[in-house]
Amino acid sequence: MVEHAFFIYFATVTILSSIMTIGFRSPIYCTLALLSTLLHVAGLFVLLNAEFIAAIQIVVYAGAVLVLYLFVLMLLNLKKPEDFVHKQVWIALFFGVILLIEILIGLFKSPLFTKAPLAMTESVSELGNTAAIGFSLFTKYLLPFEVVGMILLGAVIGAMVLAKKVPTN
Amino acid sequence: MIPIAYYVTVSTMMFVIGLVGILIRKNFLIILFSIELMLNAANINLVAFSNQYGEIDGQVISLFIITVAAAEAAVGLAIIIVLFRRKATTNVDELNLMKW
Repeated sequence: MVEHAFFIYFATVTILSSIMTIGFRSPIYCTLALLSTLLHVAGLFVLLNAEFIAAIQIVVYAGAVLVLYLFVLMLLNLKKPEDFVHKQVWIALFFGVILLIEILIGLFKSPLFTKAPLAMTESVSELGNTAAIGFSLFTKYLLPFEVVGMILLGAVIGAMVLAKKVPTN
Repeated sequence: MIPIAYYVTVSTMMFVIGLVGILIRKNFLIILFSIELMLNAANINLVAFSNQYGEIDGQVISLFIITVAAAEAAVGLAIIIVLFRRKATTNVDELNLMKW
């Protein structure tokens, strides 16, 4: 029962604040709404027994990425725009709602509502969540792990090269 | 226990909100926020199915998605800064240099 109450709270606030993220006029308010969305998604992760991902969500997303966004936003010092949405807003909303209904119809016909979750595999329940992720990361997913490291390195170098001021003679 | 379909519903809604956000907003930064929303919706799905089937793989892959999202944020913000230096705007309608 407590689980249901928490799920309803986290799901509602996630949806509402993601609507606010694209709905506010001022970019700062949008950023704060995105922050609230990410924190509540972390709550959903905790309900799904994924404590490590929840912690990473808060530390990396809400801590690092959001601060980066806020920092750039303050650096640019944008003024409030008069018109902040395209004129195609009604068409986009119409097709968005149709897409949503389509996916939900497919979902409600699926057997996902009645199936109980399977128990965690033995290695996971033995090691615990974090240790199991680490184990998987360094055995089964070693190559993708290294590739992600290269992606991060490329992103760091690319961002620095892009944002560097070209000296003018 | 909460059926996984509810988590998938939440993630679907978040994904569609992100998609609509990309289509309707003019500010470059908000478009990046919408991409983050869509990536997060994918993360919810992965973690929910990882819990459903008792395998850890979904959580590992969502970790990769978080990493790629961080890289995307860094590069996207660098592009915004460069654009802002040249044109002093973040309105995507005014950035039409490569439009035919």
